[in-house]
Amino acid sequence: MSGTIIKVEGIGKRYRIHHQRTERYTALRDVITDKVAGIFRPKRRDVAEEPTVEDFWALRGVSFDVRRGEVLGIIGRNGAGKSTLLKILSRITEPTEGRVELTGRVASLLEVGTGFHPELTGRENIYLNGAILGMTRAEIKRKFDEIVDFAQVDQFLDTPIKRYSSGMYVRLAFAVAAHMEPEILVIDEVLAVGDAGFQKKCLGKIGEVSNEGRTVLFVSHNMLAVTSLCNRAALIDQGRLIASGPSSTVVSNYLKQVATAASAVRDQIWNDPLSAPGNDRIRLHRIRVVADAKDPGQEFTLSTPIAIEIDYWNAVSDTKLFVNLVLYSIDGTEILEDWSVDDWSGKALPQGLLKTICRMPGSLLNEGTYRIRIIFFDSDAVRMLYDHQEAAVFSISDIGERTVNWHGKFIGFVHPKLHWTTHLVQATASSVAPGP
Amino acid sequence: MTSKMSASSMTLVIEPGLAARNYWLDLWRYRELLYFLAWRDITVRYRQTAIGVVWALLRPALTMLVFVGFRKMTGLPSGGGPEPILVFAAVLPWQFFSTALSESSGSLIGNDKLISKVYFPRLIVPLASVITSLVDFAITLGLLVALMVWYRYAPSWTIVALPLFTVLAFALSLGLGLFLSALNVEYRDFRYIVPFVVQFGLFVSPIAFRTTDVPQRWRDIMAFNPMTGIIDGFRWAILRGNPPLDLSALALSVVVTGAFLILGIWYFRRTERGFADVI
Repeated sequence: MSGTIIKVEGIGKRYRIHHQRTERYTALRDVITDKVAGIFRPKRRDVAEEPTVEDFWALRGVSFDVRRGEVLGIIGRNGAGKSTLLKILSRITEPTEGRVELTGRVASLLEVGTGFHPELTGRENIYLNGAILGMTRAEIKRKFDEIVDFAQVDQFLDTPIKRYSSGMYVRLAFAVAAHMEPEILVIDEVLAVGDAGFQKKCLGKIGEVSNEGRTVLFVSHNMLAVTSLCNRAALIDQGRLIASGPSSTVVSNYLKQVATAASAVRDQIWNDPLSAPGNDRIRLHRIRVVADAKDPGQEFTLSTPIAIEIDYWNAVSDTKLFVNLVLYSIDGTEILEDWSVDDWSGKALPQGLLKTICRMPGSLLNEGTYRIRIIFFDSDAVRMLYDHQEAAVFSISDIGERTVNWHGKFIGFVHPKLHWTTHLVQATASSVAPGP
Repeated sequence: MTSKMSASSMTLVIEPGLAARNYWLDLWRYRELLYFLAWRDITVRYRQTAIGVVWALLRPALTMLVFVGFRKMTGLPSGGGPEPILVFAAVLPWQFFSTALSESSGSLIGNDKLISKVYFPRLIVPLASVITSLVDFAITLGLLVALMVWYRYAPSWTIVALPLFTVLAFALSLGLGLFLSALNVEYRDFRYIVPFVVQFGLFVSPIAFRTTDVPQRWRDIMAFNPMTGIIDGFRWAILRGNPPLDLSALALSVVVTGAFLILGIWYFRRTERGFADVI
């Protein structure tokens, strides 16, 4: 019953970074030029030199075992190699070295709604998505009512999902995935979407799945979810497994690490548009959290207005986008979310380096350490262009600006300056003597 | 300790270069996905464009009309059957080949989300595209039947060979489709090459003319185009065995088709494990 179900032995994944290639497909032109030139000058072999190649190990020397029925949380910063690990375990990509043994059927959920087609109806997409996730038609048919029930989309079943709200879309997508019955379930951060109530439902479903004796591997930035759902956690940093054990220990380990690095995470710059975090659409150049005051570098106190500056390259001209900012406490609780509504809203952005600034007033957040997540959305399709989980981390300290005789920490994540008044309604004589 | 467990048939081992081991078994296991992908493409195609079916009919019909006109103008010798049927017997396999090739060669790029987020034997994607093109083929075939009824032209026993040549056309489309779709992942400018190949093929394949209209010395060269044997086969099967089959040319066509199929599968299998990393 409690045997090892996943055995990972020293796996590594190497990516080759081609520095000279700016676009992927220039290579063929080079190859052809080389070949044609080769016909006329058979002796010159060096016509098209190999572009400089640099090896990058996204993951290296990672080993761990997972026992049947265990829920393992995988934590770590953006780009630590968590997703690569999940991709190897789900056989999407091959490891460069090492060996994995999986005893049982694996289902992976690396993205919500993979393969959903906007033109197809909810009903059709349930079947399509189920098949993509590896379910048989009979299985889907059997689970169909449960899926619809879980997703709460029964009256829209025969509507093309392009007319669905993003909430309905996510609910439907998760519902299909949640009703797979694999021995091993691999989930990547998919719960970061959807409303809080639905997230709770999803987390509940994961708990349920593990109670049925199935094994779950779960990547998340939500530390509360990790500590409450997972027996064990593994911390990955720069492609290596640096801690694994009881989830509460590993999580506090991670939080300490993040908090120490917090001051450094207020300003991050990537100068090379090719290797900066991002993708074909968006590349980050700089994310800076500064005081919106005379001295931008000052420590943040309760009253400091804060500006979050996001510099990014837009690679595709005429992109309409908005920047979505989500603020989390350091343990992953969501605090607030806002979209960029400014002069450029709904307008086509030119290609190039852009700067979006979000200003937060002072006297809003309570003391504490906070994490910012930046998501770029396509404003037409409400499609995620790029999601940067750990965009910045900053701390706010209470230096006693509010003159009260209380030196402990106030409760909660916000501490706005509420307007208080007290006045005398009616003066009474020296002793209060109500009654007739 | 776990060696006993790994002996069970349920254990899956992931190692560099090991993806190949259960590949064909996996392909069988994922046959329902193949069905769903083909079904998705067909549903979406005919739902999105209201004139979907009309378009599927109009394209071969217009191609046929142009070539019939061309034959009239150039005074190419007729015979064997009504002109429209003579031309349409060639348009049928050509249309299938060109659609299947265009669709399958771009299929991996078009499904990049799937490939980077879910595991399944990647061969399913181009295979589904070729199967989808069979629907257009069936519609075109219906049009041919209508033409034959109109001209009161009954086929002879040779018609039974039609499925065989269809299989050959399918194999050729799949082989080339696999090869080009894999190349397309790595070298995106291959998408500019495919339309050219299709257009070029239209002129060098015996569609407007019959192979027998061509001087013998050119026929030998033409035989290296695998579509020549396939189109001649379609004509032979539909037009009551007229003109007669050139068996050596057909054999060459089968060999070239087989070679393309093997090349396609080999190259696809060799590169597919890297698809998720480069797509």
